[in-house]
Amino acid sequence: MTLGKDLVGLEHLSPEQIRLILDTAEPFKEVSERPIKKVPALRGKTIVNLFFEASTRTRISFEFAEKRLSADTVNVAASGSSVSKGETLVDTARNLEAMRIDMVVIRHGSSGAAQFLGSRIRSNVINAGDGKHEHPTQGLLDLLTIRDRHGRIDGIKVCLVGDILHSRVARSNIWGLTKLGAEVGVCGPRTLLPRGIEELGVQVFDRIEAAMEWADVLNVLRLQLERMEKGFIPSLREYYRVFGVTQERLAQVKRDITIMHPGPMNRGVEIDSRVADGPHSVILDQVTNGVAIRMAVLYLLAGGKPELADAAKRSGGAE
Amino acid sequence: MSKPLLLKGGRVIDPSRDVDQVTDLLVQDGKVAGIGQGLGAPDGAETRDVTGLIVAPGLVDIHVHFREPGNEDEETVASGARAAVTGGYTAVCAMPNTDPVTDNQAAVGFIVRQSVRAGLARVYPIGAVSVGQKGEQLAEFGEMVGAGAVAVSDDGKPVASSHLMRTALEYARTFGIPVADHCEEPTLFAGGVMHEGLVSSRLGLKGIPAAAEEIMVARDLLLAELSGGHVHLCHMSTKGSVELIRRAKERHVRVTAEVTPHHLTLTDHACEGYDTHAKMNPPLREAADVAALRQGLVDGVIDCIATDHAPHAYDEKDAAFDDAPFGIIGLETAFGVMHTELVECGVLSLPELINRMSTAPARAFHLPGGGMRIGAVADICVLDVTEPWTVDPARFHSKSRNSPFGGRRVTGRVRMTLVAGRIVHDTP
Repeated sequence: MTLGKDLVGLEHLSPEQIRLILDTAEPFKEVSERPIKKVPALRGKTIVNLFFEASTRTRISFEFAEKRLSADTVNVAASGSSVSKGETLVDTARNLEAMRIDMVVIRHGSSGAAQFLGSRIRSNVINAGDGKHEHPTQGLLDLLTIRDRHGRIDGIKVCLVGDILHSRVARSNIWGLTKLGAEVGVCGPRTLLPRGIEELGVQVFDRIEAAMEWADVLNVLRLQLERMEKGFIPSLREYYRVFGVTQERLAQVKRDITIMHPGPMNRGVEIDSRVADGPHSVILDQVTNGVAIRMAVLYLLAGGKPELADAAKRSGGAE
Repeated sequence: MSKPLLLKGGRVIDPSRDVDQVTDLLVQDGKVAGIGQGLGAPDGAETRDVTGLIVAPGLVDIHVHFREPGNEDEETVASGARAAVTGGYTAVCAMPNTDPVTDNQAAVGFIVRQSVRAGLARVYPIGAVSVGQKGEQLAEFGEMVGAGAVAVSDDGKPVASSHLMRTALEYARTFGIPVADHCEEPTLFAGGVMHEGLVSSRLGLKGIPAAAEEIMVARDLLLAELSGGHVHLCHMSTKGSVELIRRAKERHVRVTAEVTPHHLTLTDHACEGYDTHAKMNPPLREAADVAALRQGLVDGVIDCIATDHAPHAYDEKDAAFDDAPFGIIGLETAFGVMHTELVECGVLSLPELINRMSTAPARAFHLPGGGMRIGAVADICVLDVTEPWTVDPARFHSKSRNSPFGGRRVTGRVRMTLVAGRIVHDTP
């Protein structure tokens, strides 16, 4: 079993392919715990991190994953490059292709941009977030974190909270979780829920209290300030009062509940600092798992054998 | 004047007079000179055996975009008129969203001259409703009609101001022309790129709700009723719009409406994979909408089929979905696609389809053509409804290639097109 040429999203992956990535990430976790955090699995491979949108966490996470696998990497940010001078995505793709690179990690503001690039170049393409479509490595690292915490994904109740409409993280989570047998809920103002969301097999909660009563895991999404400016919600203050994941609300829930957040957090908007920093939070575990997941994806797309991932970390099995 | 032409043994279908019979048809001096069995050929006449083929009034498309002036690399009046006759069209109406906008008599006259110079399909200009299509000041309808405009429209954009729409409908009454509106409520549309529904939710693309169209359809119907003017509703795409028009027609509101071949055949699922050839405005909707539009056409709630032929350069469409322009071309595929999807699938009879693609649109815009009574101008097409063919955009006569029907197998091909009795398209 392979992943194919590109990783564009989780919608079109099978449950087996998703499990393959999660399982492949396990041995890579340990690499980052070593004093010398490097294995030669992707030695000689060239990777471009092509970021048309600002990103700190995701870009750094990919870059660490690439470097810990010994790939040669180049970062291209939209500002200051030919992209900001009006070069089209097709031209960017062709120029990269002409430089004979092996992989492209792309973040872009338009949904479908990763698939567009993947269909036009021979190199492997990894979607690091395209518009409001998908952010598959974030979805995968969320799955891995849930599996670490609960020992399984099947049957776990996960509720995504906040701006589902504009969230690529939400879409990747919904696909990944439902494929692996989790029950998925969403909770947020109806103005920020996409049309027809129920038809994706998702339960909708209008009240955060009900969602917290139901869920084993809350994945709290970032609320962008722009949503208020565009009139989707009246104010951040009211949002926090109605939908904020607060310490008081958490105290009402008798069961053990896991709190996740893909970052960057708006403390005091979607999440209370005491919750984010408290014992229920696995937010930093998500960040740690992000590097292992991205190492696994890079390794598998480069043709690495999953059964050799364990050996790869010892001796560089892909080569 | 071209020599007389005798079309022998064809199935002559003329929906304007309920004619459907196998007979001969003689064209002489640019006019229909005779219809009847065993017609003799006059001296010097060319005789064509059209046994097994359909002889029909030339198709009429009241909604095309021919990019001249402004974007001649995408289409010109001449290339568009060539694409038209290849698709069996003898008359088309060109929307005014050119650059500069066709909003005055000189600009209208330019389109007429380019049409005459091309000598192919008749290209009738549609003038703008407002100066510069800015939605502020009425354009000079009277002078534009004097120069050859057959309707007014700000198509590409809605007439957002209800006051302007009302005045346009009232003022247009003097000249007996329809006001054609692109129904779109701008604040609901804002930034949308496809139909709002499950598919847009999955793809993460901003949706355009059906209500964005229906609100404006309802408004336009109320304003037509208020003003007594003739409103023509462009490219209807939703079930709700069909119902609104149905009720308005029952009240005898002066309304006509069109639907495109793509809205009659494709749904928002065509956007899967971010295919920019499925990006148009209004967007492709859902299966229930397609079914309602078809029923509307059958019932006559929707008067006619129009292509909204909208050429774009290949590299503009070769982009991320958000960044690609709206629109597809349709002149060279309309008959084949409609015959296959509507006639072969039993939605309409062949005479009914020809009515909706020729007689009814000509009537809606008060154009000559759309019929073949003796003495009428000989704008005629000869159709082969048995030959299957595969749509190949590389072979289009249009300058553009942006069709969602590339590779589709269809039955129904245009064999010959006559404009004023002259053969302008021929596949012997």
